[in-house]
Amino acid sequence: MAGKTLYDKLWDDHLVKQRDDGSALIYIDRQLLHEVTSPQAFEGLRLANRKPWRIDANLATPDHNVPTTDRAKGVEGIVDPVSRIQVETLGKNCDEFGILEFKIMDQRQGIVHVIGPEQGATLPGMTIVCGDSHTSTHGAFGCLAHGIGTSEVEHVLATQCLVQQKMKNMLVTVNGQLGKGVTGKDVVLAIIGKIGTAGGTGHAIEFGGEAIQNLSMEGRMTICNMAIEAGARVGMVAVDGTTIDYVKGRPFSPTGDAWDAAVKYWRTLHSDLDAEFDKVVELDGAEIMPQVSWGTSPEMVADVTGNVPDPAKEEDPIKREGIERALKYMGLQANQAITDIMLDRVFIGSCTNSRIEDLREAASVVQGRKVAKSLKQAMVVPGSGLVKSQAEAEGLDQIFIEAGLEWRDPGCSMCLAMNADKLGQGEHCASTSNRNFEGRQGFGGRTHLVSPAMAAAAAIAGHFVDVRELLN
Amino acid sequence: MRAFTQHQGIVAPMDRSNVDTDMIIPKQFLKSIKRTGFGPNLFDELRYLDEGKPDQDSSQRPLNPDFVLNQPRYKGASVLLARSNFGCGSSREHAPWALDDYGFRVIIAPSFADIFYNNCFKNGLLPIVLEEKIVDKLFQEAEASEGYKLTVDLEAKTVATPSGESFGFDVDDFRRHCLLHGLDDIGVTLEDAELIKSYEDQRRQTAPWLFGAGR
Repeated sequence: MAGKTLYDKLWDDHLVKQRDDGSALIYIDRQLLHEVTSPQAFEGLRLANRKPWRIDANLATPDHNVPTTDRAKGVEGIVDPVSRIQVETLGKNCDEFGILEFKIMDQRQGIVHVIGPEQGATLPGMTIVCGDSHTSTHGAFGCLAHGIGTSEVEHVLATQCLVQQKMKNMLVTVNGQLGKGVTGKDVVLAIIGKIGTAGGTGHAIEFGGEAIQNLSMEGRMTICNMAIEAGARVGMVAVDGTTIDYVKGRPFSPTGDAWDAAVKYWRTLHSDLDAEFDKVVELDGAEIMPQVSWGTSPEMVADVTGNVPDPAKEEDPIKREGIERALKYMGLQANQAITDIMLDRVFIGSCTNSRIEDLREAASVVQGRKVAKSLKQAMVVPGSGLVKSQAEAEGLDQIFIEAGLEWRDPGCSMCLAMNADKLGQGEHCASTSNRNFEGRQGFGGRTHLVSPAMAAAAAIAGHFVDVRELLN
Repeated sequence: MRAFTQHQGIVAPMDRSNVDTDMIIPKQFLKSIKRTGFGPNLFDELRYLDEGKPDQDSSQRPLNPDFVLNQPRYKGASVLLARSNFGCGSSREHAPWALDDYGFRVIIAPSFADIFYNNCFKNGLLPIVLEEKIVDKLFQEAEASEGYKLTVDLEAKTVATPSGESFGFDVDDFRRHCLLHGLDDIGVTLEDAELIKSYEDQRRQTAPWLFGAGR
């Protein structure tokens, strides 16, 4: 019999009941909650007169709607009354049910997918869910983590379980070494460009290979974060020393004997050598260039040294129409050089790229340089209050401010523009976020997905440039 | 949950692949703390010419005449015919809520994004996967004849055209069972409460670090 994949192991360890009809009850170790996808779930509990099954499995924070300026006023500082009601509702629900919440004024507040790992609330081997598709982020720790809808948020609150069908196993291997200036973000964009936005549908993706193993936890989180953009709800990386070092000493992490027992178990969280995958994709890390998305789907990416595609050269009529529609929306010409795309705004942040390492990379590029005068705005939004204070302790905030970037308070911000941070119609943005869908960052806004280093380089030039030219 | 057994309805063909959940219901409408009222903002950016805002009377807004749902022949459509990877992007259940609130009961496509597909079943909406060439054929027929209707039978797992042609589809047994009977699946899971407790007790022994930390 073939060995088990990491996904198989995590599945088996959380299987409460295998039903005859092929569905299974899977136990959930951690649920993260935020203000947008939880109110209807709490309301459902109340209507059915149910209580949460296990209070201590939940951790909440407001992130999608929070302003990134003027935070001293707390909830009162949220200008949009509808946003404010949502944040207040999360607070009331957590208070009523006794769930731990990092409220807007708490230094530990931040984007759910940043604070989970930061607190050690994300531990290897856990099943983790959240009403947010980027929950795949936590798979970087050898977790089975995925986004769910609000009905399932309610289901997990009420039962601590989910009804699941087992997914297929997919392995994406990135061999070799990444070049200088090439980051986890470029790797994942290149993967999505290769396999497409539905390439991982129905699969749990494990990312492996030398290039992945050499990444920090931040880089691995960036890659797993965007598994969903390749269609896979789940992205994972095997546990190794890098994982265990990251987890050690965090507030929710075990200590003493429990730590030793945990580490012993965590060391088993990798696919067996003879495990079989339903689908395998390989990339050569050395060939991956800094990536820039030119279209309205995350698979529409090009090397920074490349050009916008020509729809006339696409034979598939549905794809051709997709390219034509994207170029029209993006206001780009076929065959235009990527480096000729002029920018209006730069956004460094989001659950994909707002961790300390991301900010260090961006700061190293802008240090001693100035943001292009042609830009309307360049902003840096740290992923949590703790990332913010760490960055400030390292002086990164001063580097950004001196270069002409805005230094903001933590939240999802312009990744999805539910708060006041958004693009104007027709504006081009170099963004470290995860989705370049039409209107995602604001009505009529044009998003280009890039790494923090590439976004920083673009902020200096006012258009895309190959960041490798700026690195000495 | 509303049960789904059979449904016959007018088909609206949306000829575009990779329709994402931001397109189905843009983020400014996710600020509601209710499950209802999203219908007027379904496909907001495609459907209207102006920028939609929450709490606005959408009946007064300028419509995009080119958008399929604005064409009089598709008025009252309850079956959405779509292209591949429908519902990709975020996990927002507001997407099926908006489709449901508008009046859709069935969505047919060659493929769906996983989370969206799952969310539909929780709301009495039936997503049906048919082969691409069958979907192509349905597109041609729906566009060729006004008032084109499809009949969907979940018990029999079939989609029938007006000419009597019938196509079978797959759906897993548990989801089908819940939808046919309109079951509250939390109630179904809680029938296994003892099993969940015994799993939990065993995990408290073998993996104590998963419990109570940080509180």
